Amino acid sequence: MKSSITFREAVNLALIKEMERDPSVFVFGLDVDDHKRIFGSTHGLVEKFGAERCFGTPLSEDAMTGVALGAAISGLRPIHVHIRADFILLAMNQIGNMMSNLRYMSGGKLRIPLVIRAVIGRGWGQSAQHSKSLHSVFAHFPGLKVVLPTTPQDGYGLLRSSIQDDNPIIFLEHRWLYDIAGEVDDERVVPLGQAAVLRAGDAVSLVCSSWMNLEALKAAEVLARKGVEVEVVDVRTVSPLDEQTIIGSVKKTRNCVVADYDWVFCGFGAELAALIGQRCFGHLDRPIERLGFLPVPCPTTRPLENLFYPSAATLIRAVEKLLGLEEADLSRESFYSYEQRFKGPF
Amino acid sequence: MEREEAIALYRKLVLIRQAEEKIREEYLKDEMKTPVHLGIGAEGISVGVCHCLPANSRTFGTYRNHALYLTVTGDPDGFFAELYGRLSGPGKGKAGSMHLSAPEFGLMATSAVVGTTIPVAVGAAFAEAYRKTSGIVVVFFGDGAIEEGVFWESLNFACLKQLRILFVCEDNSLAIHAHAAERRGFRSIPEAVAAFDCYQAGGDGSDVLGVIRRTRQALQMMSEKPKPAFLHFTYLRFLEHVGPREDFDVGYRCRPSREESEGLDPVLRFEKELLRSGCTLQDLEVVRVEVRERVRRAVEAAQKAPFAPPAELYRDVLA
Repeated sequence: MKSSITFREAVNLALIKEMERDPSVFVFGLDVDDHKRIFGSTHGLVEKFGAERCFGTPLSEDAMTGVALGAAISGLRPIHVHIRADFILLAMNQIGNMMSNLRYMSGGKLRIPLVIRAVIGRGWGQSAQHSKSLHSVFAHFPGLKVVLPTTPQDGYGLLRSSIQDDNPIIFLEHRWLYDIAGEVDDERVVPLGQAAVLRAGDAVSLVCSSWMNLEALKAAEVLARKGVEVEVVDVRTVSPLDEQTIIGSVKKTRNCVVADYDWVFCGFGAELAALIGQRCFGHLDRPIERLGFLPVPCPTTRPLENLFYPSAATLIRAVEKLLGLEEADLSRESFYSYEQRFKGPF
Repeated sequence: MEREEAIALYRKLVLIRQAEEKIREEYLKDEMKTPVHLGIGAEGISVGVCHCLPANSRTFGTYRNHALYLTVTGDPDGFFAELYGRLSGPGKGKAGSMHLSAPEFGLMATSAVVGTTIPVAVGAAFAEAYRKTSGIVVVFFGDGAIEEGVFWESLNFACLKQLRILFVCEDNSLAIHAHAAERRGFRSIPEAVAAFDCYQAGGDGSDVLGVIRRTRQALQMMSEKPKPAFLHFTYLRFLEHVGPREDFDVGYRCRPSREESEGLDPVLRFEKELLRSGCTLQDLEVVRVEVRERVRRAVEAAQKAPFAPPAELYRDVLA
């Protein structure tokens, strides 16, 4: 069945479908069963499936991650939820030392079907400890899969694939995506490891992760009015990475801007740039441009926060610079602003 | 204890001791390229606890896991193959001494990072409760793990959910070379644990019969009312933290007297028990000779076994 729903509803629907399909699926973590329900994404689960299959935990991220791993190697399919990806840093021992390598060290005898869902990204003055993405950190470890959905269909279809997968998966949801609506076909499960071309173009490939896809689509719309057609490639999964789609796009457009929703230095954007540089060397007309967070901790105050994050405007400027175009007047453009959707305080 | 059961128990202790003595003999040839944390002195705890477990139990351990691996598998062939890095080892040589496991025998995982398998074991016990199945989970860890935050997080969750799990603390009072008094801001481990809603027992880990008695009591209480149990057993680490040598002469601890050593050696102590209960020296010698031959053959086979081919490097990273 197809319907137009928000990303929040899409994630929620995927959880319900998988919990209905498989009694070994359960959802746990701080706040999953409180009245706010992780931005509404775990809405109705405790009522529908009971407190055995949807429950809050002590504030013990490290141990709860180990509990997820222990349940997974016992044949259950845990979904451990963090309302902020930053909190996962408390659990990196279980992720980097255990779940990423237990299968390898067991000679292939153990299966580790678990999903860690976490909310990433910009909110409302979230500052330095409620704003990280961390996908580069996770993807650095062999033995993990890392998923960054953008569209509601992908929020639904990639989450269902992740829950059905027999490997540990880090599933990162940008906070601003929850309110974004789109068509979702509930029979469409999206396989991991496939990038998607969200908009076709011939001038420049914008290779993007998570929220940067929405900024890129806005940039593409503005640039198209100036006669520049850019192609937007959503990587969708960081690991495994769909190299073919990315390389195919860059070979076609001969120009590339990598826009990652994370710090640039030693980040996923560097990995993409290295891949494209190596595999598209003779096909590139200009050097690869990279955009991402500026190399500072995320500041709270709005004027500095606006500088910290890459946006449609910075993407437009990057494309103009790359192609040697004049800077367009953006003063009449309407860009996404959370202020229009949300007023503080909490 | 029936004679047959007692001899079987003795055979396990001897297998572990002789396997580790064999490692000591062979290790300096530098063919066994994996750090070995020998557990001479600690055998009674793994052997005693596992002796009491029902067949569907699962265990988790640490890098000092040789006794646990050998007691649950009884298999010196896989053991030595893994230590020699051979394809026929349980981890195909990718695990080595510090990460021995045998999920088919319920030994799910061991880890080289202190405290790390504790929450994973709690997760396995949670899975039993989730499925309403009766398997017991046991996690072995050293006293150093008590200083890790994750121990307390794990104990808290297990008590909150009233899981059927045995937390077994193998206390040699050393964290590598640091003594308990240099590390503990609390009066004693049992006192610190006492605030949690679990059963608790403990004693001398070199007395295998005492370990069995206390473990059985804990399991009996758990079967009456599900709750975690914390078992605290002390022992003497006869050798250095890692490696095949003694280190009583390097300055951080004193060499025990001969009498103390004998009193803290679980194999010698159990031999005395067996002799008291009617076994003859001849009976024990028969076991020792059989096991020695078994270990010799396992080492010989491991030394001849093939290493993993290059294609194995990429296998088993993901399912």
